Amino acid sequence: MIRFAMTFCVALAASAANAAIDIQQVTSPGGIEAWLVEDHNIPFTALEIRVRGGAALDEPGKRGATNLMMATLEEGAGDLDAQAFQTAREDLAAGFGFDAGDDMVSISAQMLTDNRDEAVALLRDAIVNPRFDQSAIDRVRQQVLSNIASDAKSPGDIASAAFDKAAFGDHPYGSPLSGTVESVTALTRDDIVTAHDNALVRDRVYVGVVGDITPADLGPLLDDLLGDLPESGPALPPEVEDMLDGGTTVIPFDTPQSVALFGQPGLRRDDPDYMAAYVLNEILGGAGFESRLMNEVREKRGLTYGVSTFLVPKFHADLWMGQVASSNATVAEAIEVIRAEWARIARDGVTQEELDKIKTYLTGAYPLRFDGNAEIASILVGMQVIDLPPEYVENRNEMLAAVTLDDVNRLAATLLQPDRLHFVVVGEPEGLAAAN
Amino acid sequence: MTRMLAVPFLILGLTPLQAQTTQAQSTQAQTTQAQTTQALAATAEGTQVADAGVAARSFTEGDKTVSVTAPVRIGDDVTTFSLDNGMDVVVIEDHRAPVVVQMVWYRAGSADELVGQSGVAHFLEHLLFKGTDKLAPGEFSATVAANGGSDNAFTSYDYTAYFQRVAADRLPLMMEMESDRMTNLKLSEGDIVTERNVILEERNQRTENNPGALAREQFMAAQYQNLRYGVPVIGWKHEMEELSLEDALAFYGLNYSPNNAILIVAGDVQPDDVMALAAKYYGVIPPEPDLPPRLRPQEPPQTAPRRITYTDARVSQPYLVRSYLATERNTGDQKTAAALVYLAELLGGSSFTSELGRALQFDTQTAVYTSAGYDPSSLDTSTFALSVVPGTGVSLSEAEAAMDKVVADFMANDIDPAAMDRIRNQMKAREIYALDDVQGRAQRYGAALTQGLTVQDVEAWPQVLQEVTAEDVKAAAAEVFDLNQSVTGWVVADKEQAR
Repeated sequence: MIRFAMTFCVALAASAANAAIDIQQVTSPGGIEAWLVEDHNIPFTALEIRVRGGAALDEPGKRGATNLMMATLEEGAGDLDAQAFQTAREDLAAGFGFDAGDDMVSISAQMLTDNRDEAVALLRDAIVNPRFDQSAIDRVRQQVLSNIASDAKSPGDIASAAFDKAAFGDHPYGSPLSGTVESVTALTRDDIVTAHDNALVRDRVYVGVVGDITPADLGPLLDDLLGDLPESGPALPPEVEDMLDGGTTVIPFDTPQSVALFGQPGLRRDDPDYMAAYVLNEILGGAGFESRLMNEVREKRGLTYGVSTFLVPKFHADLWMGQVASSNATVAEAIEVIRAEWARIARDGVTQEELDKIKTYLTGAYPLRFDGNAEIASILVGMQVIDLPPEYVENRNEMLAAVTLDDVNRLAATLLQPDRLHFVVVGEPEGLAAAN
Repeated sequence: MTRMLAVPFLILGLTPLQAQTTQAQSTQAQTTQAQTTQALAATAEGTQVADAGVAARSFTEGDKTVSVTAPVRIGDDVTTFSLDNGMDVVVIEDHRAPVVVQMVWYRAGSADELVGQSGVAHFLEHLLFKGTDKLAPGEFSATVAANGGSDNAFTSYDYTAYFQRVAADRLPLMMEMESDRMTNLKLSEGDIVTERNVILEERNQRTENNPGALAREQFMAAQYQNLRYGVPVIGWKHEMEELSLEDALAFYGLNYSPNNAILIVAGDVQPDDVMALAAKYYGVIPPEPDLPPRLRPQEPPQTAPRRITYTDARVSQPYLVRSYLATERNTGDQKTAAALVYLAELLGGSSFTSELGRALQFDTQTAVYTSAGYDPSSLDTSTFALSVVPGTGVSLSEAEAAMDKVVADFMANDIDPAAMDRIRNQMKAREIYALDDVQGRAQRYGAALTQGLTVQDVEAWPQVLQEVTAEDVKAAAAEVFDLNQSVTGWVVADKEQAR
């Protein structure tokens, strides 16, 4: 479930706060901006690049092009074919990662100080000058098709695809970004080249860098790495209208445990109430605390190993979602409890004690996120993507502390809509009727 | 997900096996914890001792005196010592952020369970969050959270471990709570029934809903016919359903004691401070006098190849796995294991440059995915596994024959020196990157010390890896590739695919 991981990262970075890090804003001679945290303790540098657009830029009929393109970037560039490129990377002991998300593509790199220039040159070729050899495209295509086949038999992925379809319809968000067997099979080299031109563009680039590098060295590095990308890309996709409606969709699948995804319309990341919603979500079903749902569904009743909820602020749509897995015999009860808790928190709100506890936890947990160069680089780039200033790291805990009981309960009453909560259940649930 | 069950060494769910037993290991497995502690202190003398002036110390806690062995400094930032109740302590300093990780590892995992009680080690791990004489059920995690920290635990064949990640100044509170639940656990029948349902749902989520995981269980059962590595860490469902309060408490009473535990503190701390705190909170707990030697039933010699075919309609793409019994890291003797790490890299480490990747994914389109996997860390004998997902139109038997040919060619030809250098460089770089992950460093020590290794073995390992030669790899390969010590498994959706 790549999608969840992506959006979850954004949500995390969004709620970032008081850590003792010194963020430097660096602008390269060529005008590329990056955020840098210097740390010379360990002789390597972690680099995180995001480019807005992502798989949502797939052209009509070309679903899966961005995903296949990103997966083929590591398959040869410049004079080097796939094996020569990877041999060179392994010789340098550098780590490169390329990934496609709905709203962004990601490039991650770890490079030793000793051979950083060579590693950057290699990475640059992969980003700016990939070969896209037909043999490489075909090889990666087979791997993607293998993953698509696997998703078709995985309850979690089946649920995810069905939920997205219900929530987003014909918008690019409404179908898996890896594409279908038909669409991926039909992709040509030209389609991949087009996806590359569209997805990797200068004016949508964000960069976070942490480690053993100075601002003076970083500037030219940025120009080397990204300076030759096309200036701009195609228009971003439109906003999605709220289309989720209450109900229960059951997708029969022969497996012992039913997997359920649920959700309702959410809140924009730049909404002034976002922080209150974040706090409310943590109390309801957050991962980091003894949430109400974990308490009711797992601790009191033993109906699941895990239940959680999460805000999903995508760039063109917003959801409030959750997931649970429970035996076919008990999933109906688990869903009943979740619906009841959803209604209860909307009706009665939370208590001052709950609010105080969650604030203590969230403010204390925030600095603990900043552990490790790669983690910090991800936070830096995530903040930029959602347009937070560097000062957010210092101010975030104060903003969180300023959330009042009234804020949270007003939001619970207005935003949470139990009658619009939709469940998609994959399995053989007993005593659970599909309803719309 | 809280209370995660550690399932080490899963690469796309295709490399299933871990750990088994050899003769050489059985003596090590019998080493008592007291002996291990002494060995830890004794072998440490050979290494550079930075704090040469620091002698053994004593701390007075109430009416008790706790003695602590002289701390031994290893490398730049690791310090180790032992409490007189037998608890070993490792401190890893990392002052980049004001954060600390406390881990307590018990030398007790699922392979130490009584026959018929599979899953009890992991069940107990869940129950340790239920409460003590001082803490109400759930209060442990709630307190960690109220201090801005996070906590969790994991269980594997050879160990059970608990950890908290928290601001460095909260370490005393974490130690107070963790030491409390080492001996003062309080459970009710109600806890048992509800939490048993939770672990059954966990089994549903991890295993019953996942054909790859079910296939893996069958693999392990075929590979290990006497040693408990053949039984899943989470337990067989029919035995999990019968686990009782008495079963959990019996495992707890026997295994949860300071002389069966290792404390690891990693992060923004000073070894002296950790020593005083460890003495205060853990040093006062009496050792378990009846702690049994870690005797495990040993495998009979395997003298015939074994084959299984697992059929499940939920399998999306057929694949095959071949695993061989393989020696693991042993104290003072890690050379063969290091050679096997190279062997795995050479054969299936990178799909672009490894032997399997080149032959089956580039030179031919026999496979869409190949890998080789070996876990050097295990108390008893490990396994070395190869796996192949055939390409379109390629049958499993054709893929298996192609895989066997790659291995035969590898044995018949010289190893490319450039490939050896490349792996050596990457191993070296991995040590640099590893410094970025303080919890990962803590886990290295915890796993090693619960799997029969010493702190010195952990420190020596990177250098042992650097010194592996092509001849070492060939010799290790010749030993490991014995079909009579193998299991070959096909995982298919239907009969049609099993050809």
